[in-house]
Amino acid sequence: MAKGKVLLEVKGLRAAVAGNEILKGVDLTIRDGEVHAIMGPNGSGKSTLAQVLAGHPAYEVRGGSVQYAGKDLFELDPEERARDGVFLAFQYPVEIRGITNSYFLRSALNAIRKSKGEAELDPLDFLQVLESKLKAIGWDDAMMNRPVNEGFSGGEKKRNEILQLAVLEPRFAILDETDSGLDIDALKTVAQAVNQLRAPERAFLIVTHYQRLLNYITPDVVHVLADGRIVKSGGPELAHELEAKGYDWLRDAAMVS
Amino acid sequence: MTGIEAHVQQPYKYGFVTDIESEVVPAGLNEDVIRLISTKKGEPDWMLDWRLKAYRNWLKMSEPHWPNVKYGPIDYQAISYYAAPKKLPKLDSLDQVDPKLVATFEKLGIPIEEQKRLTGVAVDAVFDSVSVATTFQAELAKYGVIFMPISQAIREHAGLVQEYLGTVVPANDNFFAALNSAVFTDGSFVYVPKGVRCPLELSTYFRINASSTGQFERTLIIADEGSHVSYLEGCSAPMRDEHQLHAAVVELVAFDRATIKYSTIQNWYPGDEEGRGGIYNFVTKRGKCAGVNSKISWTQVETGSAITWKYPGCILQGDNSIGEFYSVAVTSHKQQADTGTKMIHLGKNTRSTIVSKGISAGRGQNTYRGLVKIMKGAEGARNYSQCDSMLIGDKCGAHTFPYIDVRNSTAIMEHEASTSKIGEDQIFYLRQRGLSSEDAVSMIVNGFCKEVFKELPMEFAVEATRLLGISLEGSVG
Repeated sequence: MAKGKVLLEVKGLRAAVAGNEILKGVDLTIRDGEVHAIMGPNGSGKSTLAQVLAGHPAYEVRGGSVQYAGKDLFELDPEERARDGVFLAFQYPVEIRGITNSYFLRSALNAIRKSKGEAELDPLDFLQVLESKLKAIGWDDAMMNRPVNEGFSGGEKKRNEILQLAVLEPRFAILDETDSGLDIDALKTVAQAVNQLRAPERAFLIVTHYQRLLNYITPDVVHVLADGRIVKSGGPELAHELEAKGYDWLRDAAMVS
Repeated sequence: MTGIEAHVQQPYKYGFVTDIESEVVPAGLNEDVIRLISTKKGEPDWMLDWRLKAYRNWLKMSEPHWPNVKYGPIDYQAISYYAAPKKLPKLDSLDQVDPKLVATFEKLGIPIEEQKRLTGVAVDAVFDSVSVATTFQAELAKYGVIFMPISQAIREHAGLVQEYLGTVVPANDNFFAALNSAVFTDGSFVYVPKGVRCPLELSTYFRINASSTGQFERTLIIADEGSHVSYLEGCSAPMRDEHQLHAAVVELVAFDRATIKYSTIQNWYPGDEEGRGGIYNFVTKRGKCAGVNSKISWTQVETGSAITWKYPGCILQGDNSIGEFYSVAVTSHKQQADTGTKMIHLGKNTRSTIVSKGISAGRGQNTYRGLVKIMKGAEGARNYSQCDSMLIGDKCGAHTFPYIDVRNSTAIMEHEASTSKIGEDQIFYLRQRGLSSEDAVSMIVNGFCKEVFKELPMEFAVEATRLLGISLEGSVG
């Protein structure tokens, strides 16, 4: 398969939260259509990387650069990144009282469409868009009339993230520990939905602690993040190796380097 | 600055001053001033006597300082108690309204000209101390509905006014109610006859324009047996460095099976970021469910005023009567609000519902204060109260003082309360989905207020949503 164009180029990225430097020089290149997995022990900086790429204001970028689709990512506000196709499936999706899932998702879709000069969708048009996407995650309309994530189980919240991903059709999707808290059936449904969304014009960065999600979504590249740096990259087989050997041997390697 | 509170607040959009020739009575309060007001309004003697009695009571009372608000002393002798545009129309001929007044109300979104009137809404427009126009009066009269400035009603329907004025909020009820009873100028009077469902929304818009004045409006609404009326009031004032006093009294009476729905969108000038200027909004509102199966429902959206002090309440006298209070109160900058309700259950099987949403941003202080009182005879009374507070930023405050006084053991009381904070994570989540930070805040706040907004008449729900958006715009980054 011919390699796609470079979509995301991270160079020497350093970032801190609450004064603590978490990312200490991350390099990463993702091309159109690729699926990358980032694995690593707790506290290695996986989620920080996801949040920094999406632009969470609590994270301070201290150095390095990120080019996304030919633009300097750090020049863009979070909403501008979203409108340019950066999507983060949150590890802990927030609840929004009094706003239905349907209204929220339509507003988001319309904000993105508007930024591209496309017509906004009215509720009826939106229902049509929604129909097939709901099916893919095994939901019916009832979930759309509930307030966003309020009273949702952990698994329902994660499915909701994937539904949003499916509807918003981003160019670059980051999945932050989407597998945590999912039972095996939910995991399969989510993985299936993600696999359906794989496309030559869409790249994924899947952040996960465990290898099990990767049994269902086969990544093109697996990276190991330890102590704020990518210490090893490889093919899908690397994930299995990690599952067998744990992270310690790599952490030691990181300390030495 | 980073994150929340990084932005600057939008300026108040209704802060303009109308340059109009006005007659302003010199500052100061004494019996002569009250006589002057009464004469200007062409009032009968009983009205003047009532005012004077209220004034003499007021002299013996002292300003309440139990509310959870702080402000400097008010000099009641420095306020002018009557201000009116010089060119006033004759009654019932709107054509003669000064174009400047027409333009003023149009700018406020309240067209009073014949051809531009809001459909489905009859409006009484009050400018400083006088009503300048009341639309659809003739149309309403066909149904027997009386809707007119209270000063006109005192002359034309003296019997009704005399019978009910002060029966729900007695002239000596509290310091501000007594002051109002002495010096009230204009406001609306509504009477809906037996069995009539008022065909239009009734609405009064209060505009303070003159400086160094106070506005003391008085509204009286009577819903006779089996009738139904929905009434809405709105208000605004120019931006000034001085504080201006607004002390209103509203009385509602609902007879057997009658329903009164009273909605308020309060947008008085809130003062600037440093708390300079702004209206002191000290208001007494109370409704009496006098008849069986009657219902009074208060809905308020309070975004303006430097200080708000109001507790729209219901006296549930008739058996099976229902009282409701739905409130959204927003305090931003240095605004302070101490607001809530009083539900007094007297009749059997009376029910009350309280839903209060307090939103504090900037250095705003928001207090919910509510009293639910179940009297001995109120067999089977029920109350449900829900008080939710939302904080935006870390320099604001939310306080809740629910008082419960139950004297009948059959009562069922429920109280729920919550406090939440709009945080960076919530805003970030919405921005990550492509929404601007303003839209994100607006969505979160509107969701929080949804239970109250759905109680507003359709025509005004949109306005309320928009107003809330404006008053919080920029308070979150």
